[in-house]
Amino acid sequence: MQAGGLGADQIQQIQLGGKMSDLRISDRGRVDHARPVRFTFDGKTFAGLEGDTVASALLANGQHLMGRGFKYHRPRGVVTAGSEEPNALIGTTRGPGQFEPNTHATMQEIYDGLSTESQNKWPSLKFDIGAINDRLYMLFSAGFYYKTFMWPKSFWDKVYEPFIRRAAGLGRSLTYLDPDHYASRYLHCDVLIVGAGPSGLAAALTAARSGPSVVVVDEQAEMGEALLSEPSVEIDRDQVWGWLASTLAEPASLPNVRLMNRSTAIGYYHQNMVGLCQKLTDHLSDVPADAPRERLWRVRAGQVILAQGAIDRPMVFDGNDRPGVMMAGAAQTFLNRFGVKVGVRPVILTSNDSAWYTAFDLADAGCKVAAIVDTRTDIPPALMQAAMSRQIEALTGYTATATSGRLRVKSIRVNPVRGGRVGAARTIACDAVLMCGGWTPSLHLFSHTKGSLEWDAKAKAYLPGHKTEAVHIAGAGRGLWGIAAVLADGAQAGADALRDLGRKAGAATYAVTNDRTGTGITQKELPTDRSPSSAKAFVDFQNDVTAKDIRLAVREGMRSIEHVKRYTTNGMATDQGKLSNMNGLTIASDALGKDIPQVGLTTFRPPYTPTTFGALAGYHKGSHFEVTRKTPIDSWAVENGAAFEPVALWRRASYFSKAGEDMHAAVNRECRATRQSLGIFDASTLGKIEVSGPDAVEFMNRMYTNPWAKLAPGKCRYGLLLGEDGFIRDDGVIGRMRDDLFHVTTTGGAARVLNMMEDYLQTEWPDLQVWLTSTTEEWATIAINGPNAHKLLAPLVEGQNMSDAAFPHMSVAECTVASFPSRLFRISFTGELGFEVNVPARHGRALWEKLMEVGKAYDVCPYGTETMHILRAEKGYIIIGQDTDGTVTPEDAGIGWAIGKAKPDFVGKRSLAWPDIVAKGRKQLVGLSTENPKDALVEGAQIVLDPKQPKPMKMIGHVTSSYWSEALGRSIAMAVVQGGFDRMGDTLHIPTADGGSQAAKVTGSVFDDPAGDRLKVE
Amino acid sequence: MLLIHGPYCDDTLPELEFAYAGAAHIARPADPMSLSDEEWRDFLYVRSNPRGLHAERWRYIHGCGRFFNASRDTVGDKFSVTYKAGKPRPDLEKAVQMSK
Repeated sequence: MQAGGLGADQIQQIQLGGKMSDLRISDRGRVDHARPVRFTFDGKTFAGLEGDTVASALLANGQHLMGRGFKYHRPRGVVTAGSEEPNALIGTTRGPGQFEPNTHATMQEIYDGLSTESQNKWPSLKFDIGAINDRLYMLFSAGFYYKTFMWPKSFWDKVYEPFIRRAAGLGRSLTYLDPDHYASRYLHCDVLIVGAGPSGLAAALTAARSGPSVVVVDEQAEMGEALLSEPSVEIDRDQVWGWLASTLAEPASLPNVRLMNRSTAIGYYHQNMVGLCQKLTDHLSDVPADAPRERLWRVRAGQVILAQGAIDRPMVFDGNDRPGVMMAGAAQTFLNRFGVKVGVRPVILTSNDSAWYTAFDLADAGCKVAAIVDTRTDIPPALMQAAMSRQIEALTGYTATATSGRLRVKSIRVNPVRGGRVGAARTIACDAVLMCGGWTPSLHLFSHTKGSLEWDAKAKAYLPGHKTEAVHIAGAGRGLWGIAAVLADGAQAGADALRDLGRKAGAATYAVTNDRTGTGITQKELPTDRSPSSAKAFVDFQNDVTAKDIRLAVREGMRSIEHVKRYTTNGMATDQGKLSNMNGLTIASDALGKDIPQVGLTTFRPPYTPTTFGALAGYHKGSHFEVTRKTPIDSWAVENGAAFEPVALWRRASYFSKAGEDMHAAVNRECRATRQSLGIFDASTLGKIEVSGPDAVEFMNRMYTNPWAKLAPGKCRYGLLLGEDGFIRDDGVIGRMRDDLFHVTTTGGAARVLNMMEDYLQTEWPDLQVWLTSTTEEWATIAINGPNAHKLLAPLVEGQNMSDAAFPHMSVAECTVASFPSRLFRISFTGELGFEVNVPARHGRALWEKLMEVGKAYDVCPYGTETMHILRAEKGYIIIGQDTDGTVTPEDAGIGWAIGKAKPDFVGKRSLAWPDIVAKGRKQLVGLSTENPKDALVEGAQIVLDPKQPKPMKMIGHVTSSYWSEALGRSIAMAVVQGGFDRMGDTLHIPTADGGSQAAKVTGSVFDDPAGDRLKVE
Repeated sequence: MLLIHGPYCDDTLPELEFAYAGAAHIARPADPMSLSDEEWRDFLYVRSNPRGLHAERWRYIHGCGRFFNASRDTVGDKFSVTYKAGKPRPDLEKAVQMSK
């Protein structure tokens, strides 16, 4: 816990007392030293500066420890300064109920009042019981899920599964509704540039100057990326931050350019659509009322330029995960951008030139750099010179073999490697180890497009190969290094994008001084003089995968990198292996004895960084989740106490209870009223399609099973629609209004039926002159049923003789009802004398109220879908999709009479002749009458012949509909049963959930008034 | 999200406005009752699952409502061409081969 000679707690006290810690360098960096900010971490108040992230502010307070590892619960500190961070994942609380787990401490900006907490620890971050796992590491090796928890089998439910579930995942998830709201937008532009580092900005300047619409996005609060960490560079004789300010001012002033910070390109989808998640308020202490928290952008770009830079690779060695061990590039960012020294006595561990500059910057800032340890022997003389001039010891041709320190690194053990042999160890005291094992071009988004990545032996990296989209990759993403090189490359990418848009542009040129170019090597885990089998050399920090795990996976037979990945879970954490993939691949290829390009790569998938569900859901939540379709009579139902139920997207009145009635009582009353006198029902949701044209009757003959040629205008008929496979798809009453006009009604699946009709009409029978029109919403439909239905309606009708002879059952007419223009059907879905009145939707409620008023004389009773279901079931009328399930033929359903057998063809006819369709023993729709009339069966319950047979029982069917029939004073049910028609009178058994069983007799499916006498006008 | 060119409206629009409608160029037999069970099975159920160009049907469900045909690459997902229903299948394989 040494930091500048003081414990972290002491530093914090000094900080809170008002003195600046010596870890924060006054007036350095891009933070505002005049604006202190207070926030909490694990309940303690910390001070930072405006412009700090949680990570930089904690580091300024000497706090490296920010979390615990996933499997072994080892103490973990911050490793990076960006969104690739695997360790410093924290919970953030922004306000009441506004909590988010797994926030990158390296990305979360601090503000007054922000509350943060560490994760995956108990009881505290400093002392975590779960760290016992670190001693049990043998249990958690590669594939431990498949090994440790295998036996004994009886342990699975009680021991293993609860353990795994408790251990799985970092952070805690919300258990309440997210109170924030989220926005979404579409955007079209000519050029989208992802990443506002030097290459992205150079591309933006080149593109913007020639006039196309340009969008530049960057995930950071401030644009500039690498330029923010390299203040010594000069561009065009201007100090880099001065150049950056004027560079950003130019496009910001242009109307054709949009600069978007705090915006992460999360996914690259087909045809240059890029998803952006823009964080709008997570950095604000005072959030404007009603401001959305995040906005999801769907950007369609003519050309995309990916300028996402590169991510530095950790070194893989024993103890490389100790707090204080971090990326050299991150240390440089914390120093130069935030004015924070990550330690006062750092050791640099590298195989690349870039980390040497980190050492120089730290030394120049007053740190005592204990050593630069480089695995290479061949170091550019200028670097050796620069180290020497700063009195930094350079150990070249060295390896690192261990670190020490519990909650913060105290020392590093290094050994010379000579002729392949690891020599005697030396221990160097330090408070930080800053490593760089190479640079990985950030090509995740390019990988989303299925663009190929090709191994470049010189850059020792996968670089973009074949492209599938209009995309250009610029800068470090192409393996280039140094500000001058990436500026030039970015400008060229901008010019290339313009050329592909058919515009002309010259790439701007830039003069760069004090550029820090360099090279380096990449390698597998570092050589050691100790047993590699006891080394905890981490490859994937977030999923706790070690080099040993990867070698074990190969030994146990994993050959494909995809298998190694899944067996070890390397690269499968939320960071998708931004730090670990290349190290894992390098080690796996060594273990396999193959070259890296022969082993291949795993695939990156969206999102680039974890994205909130809120952003993805956008406006689609609560009542905006999907449309609620309401009928024209819905408002009346609301005013009159209806209980509603969703039926597909429709909201339908389910029953209307009077004071003191429960649902059962209300429904029984509605059933009685309808059967005894008069019921009224809003049937407006009935699907309606108009089939018109000279060939309408031919079309109907081909689509539906029934014959239509002889149906006279003014008559209607039950129509049955099959799929080409012979199974029932839809049904409904179809009225012939004129020779060339059919009013087709469907189930709730009207859109599906219309689609099917259009398909046949457009693509199979384009010669037929037929027009199809969806008219579901055109009409309000009111069903009137009961012995007094005719008495109510007849006086209101004009333009149609309502006598039984002139308007018998199954008639349809155009007339007026209560002076409203109407299509009047005499049909019944209840078995009672019934009518369905269709009036233009706008008159629906007025007609309903008129009928209610006139109907008082007959005690008219409004009823809902529950009563409708019962009344139809008493008559054995089926509901497609409830009593049928997509494997039921007309014969199975007992409605074979609806088939026009003389017709040469109709959709599905050929399949009805199939051997399996005409075979005996198919499931057939029958009625079930329980032995105990009070027993109600459960819909969906399975049916068996013998309830005493051993389990698993042989199931011969299931209950499709089951109700209490008030009319019959007993329960009724329908079921599909194997060979059901041949089982009339048999007793079947329906096992119940409590282990018992109900007995029921097979009957016909028409329970009430089988002769249909009640349909007649008396 | 794919962009799809509707051959009837002659406009290129997002995939969300369209609906997939199965393999293309499978005509319903003129007289299904004359087919053997095997022939009817093949018409009804047997489909190819090519890696590469696939002739398929789409419907501009939120626009003109027309069904049309398309050739689409099942590997990269993108459309190579769309054309009106009833038009012959373009010889894309040949065109691709010749361009190589």
